[in-house]
Amino acid sequence: MDISFQEVSYVYQPKSPFEYRALHNLSFNIPSGSFVAVIGHTGSGKSTLLQHLNGLVQPTEGEVTVGEFRLKAGEKNKQLRALREKVGVVFQYPEHQLFEENVEKDIAFGPMNFGVPQEEIKQRTDEAITSVHLPKEILDRSPFDLSGGQMRRVAIAGVLAMNPEVLVLDEPTAGLDPSGQREIMNMFARIHKQKDLTTVLVTHSMEDALEYADHVIILNQGEVFMQGAPADIFQKKKELSEVQLDIPEIIQFLNQVEEKFNKEIPFHRQSVTELAKELAQMVKGGRDHE
Amino acid sequence: MKSISREIDLSSRGGNLVSVSQIEFRNVSFRYQEDMPWVLKNVSFSISENEWVAIIGHNGSGKSTIAKLMNGLLFPQEGEIVVDGQKVAAETVWSVRKSVGMVFQNPDNQFVGTTVRDDVAFGMENHGMPRPLMLERIEESLSAVGMSDYERQEPHRLSGGQKQRVAIASVLAVSPKYMILDEATAMLDPQGRKEILSTMLDVQEQRNLSLITITHDLHEVVQAERVLVMNEGEVWLEGTPRDIFAKKEQLTEIGLDTPFVTKLADELKSAGVDLSREPLNHQELLEELWTYHSKK
Repeated sequence: MDISFQEVSYVYQPKSPFEYRALHNLSFNIPSGSFVAVIGHTGSGKSTLLQHLNGLVQPTEGEVTVGEFRLKAGEKNKQLRALREKVGVVFQYPEHQLFEENVEKDIAFGPMNFGVPQEEIKQRTDEAITSVHLPKEILDRSPFDLSGGQMRRVAIAGVLAMNPEVLVLDEPTAGLDPSGQREIMNMFARIHKQKDLTTVLVTHSMEDALEYADHVIILNQGEVFMQGAPADIFQKKKELSEVQLDIPEIIQFLNQVEEKFNKEIPFHRQSVTELAKELAQMVKGGRDHE
Repeated sequence: MKSISREIDLSSRGGNLVSVSQIEFRNVSFRYQEDMPWVLKNVSFSISENEWVAIIGHNGSGKSTIAKLMNGLLFPQEGEIVVDGQKVAAETVWSVRKSVGMVFQNPDNQFVGTTVRDDVAFGMENHGMPRPLMLERIEESLSAVGMSDYERQEPHRLSGGQKQRVAIASVLAVSPKYMILDEATAMLDPQGRKEILSTMLDVQEQRNLSLITITHDLHEVVQAERVLVMNEGEVWLEGTPRDIFAKKEQLTEIGLDTPFVTKLADELKSAGVDLSREPLNHQELLEELWTYHSKK
């Protein structure tokens, strides 16, 4: 589903001493099928943006459209339920929201609330648990007897069982160990392709944005600071440091190499192995040719 | 058996029998329930005054259990934990907790105050500090974490990272000798993480504070003086960050990551570039490459 923000502003507790403007005249478009990373330092408005995507908040000014759904300032939206069926949100630490006595019931909770027929729920539950790479035997177990990583997968399966067309991920790897982080991100990349989703990833990780996203939106103080393809955005070291963001480590390193050796190794999404070969050639290069 | 091993422990530190400022784990084993597997198995190590120790390990390796044992949130079934010469037990937890402060992973679980300053005050109130000192400490610790402008804000209006900074300020305000950060920076943005880390270093220097960081963040690990690697409830390896990351393959085997620089150095070796030592940061790797380049 296409997503667009047109001059969206959002104010928390307006006309009170606590008034706080989280989003300011925000406009951008996300074409259907994209994998978009939304990046910004703490307090840049990422979470507020995310809450607009399934109508948890309504813009104070401007308009948000998600597919055929429209959220407009001052206009009551009567299709919120349908919108929330299409937009699945995986919140931070989703495992904290598990509550049912067994995994199967927990995954079924969402679809059940949206009136999905019993047989279909069963089928969706099976499919969801397979999608997150957990064995079906786990369906009978209490979600609270599982490890942290497994609990997170169960929570994600609960979102997938809704068959969303848009998947919104709010720092989905927080608190996992490095191999857990990689597994979860690879899983989302796979599901994104398989189910032809539009994925919005809110993250602090430049590395993840570089690896998985095809479009990056950088937020600063509730405004779009920059957007574009990750490889382009992450070359802009000076601009990014203005908004307290780092460039990914590999690009940082390539810049330092250029400074020291006065030779450029361009960034082309190379792996560490490929980079090592390029570097080896550079430092050996002189000798081979002279 | 136990007393012998303790004597050996003491003599290895030069026979210093006077009570020392340190946290000591002596043959500690722990499990959550009797019918459950051991989470920690015969774990022994010590953390000295003013030291920065990083504890790493995959999820479920026992890292967080260690943190909870350190300030008496849990008690071991076997072995003992000694903080500044005092055995951690039900009778001593309150005095232990005065010197061992803890910042947890999820900031939402550690907020009690209705405003940021109330929250920072809470811990001090529990320790019965006089009001003028409290006011001073509130200001001091909030400015140390860069949250002075938020003194009167309601905590639930803050973002995750901001909340965590307040949580750190709350611990600093009580001025402990040891501060445990149990994945406390996991939810901060990179800049925020850096700020907290440099704040921690400052504070540690100024206040004679030991830092125990339980973390997956490799930048944090590299900054520590010593690293404890946990695997399946045991101390798997102990050493300086440089020694630890030199064992890249073994670390990967137990589900741990190594820094970009370490990976690249490793691949460079495979590509036939011999480096004279294991680099820990970009600068060191660039120096190595430069040396190699100019020798040829």
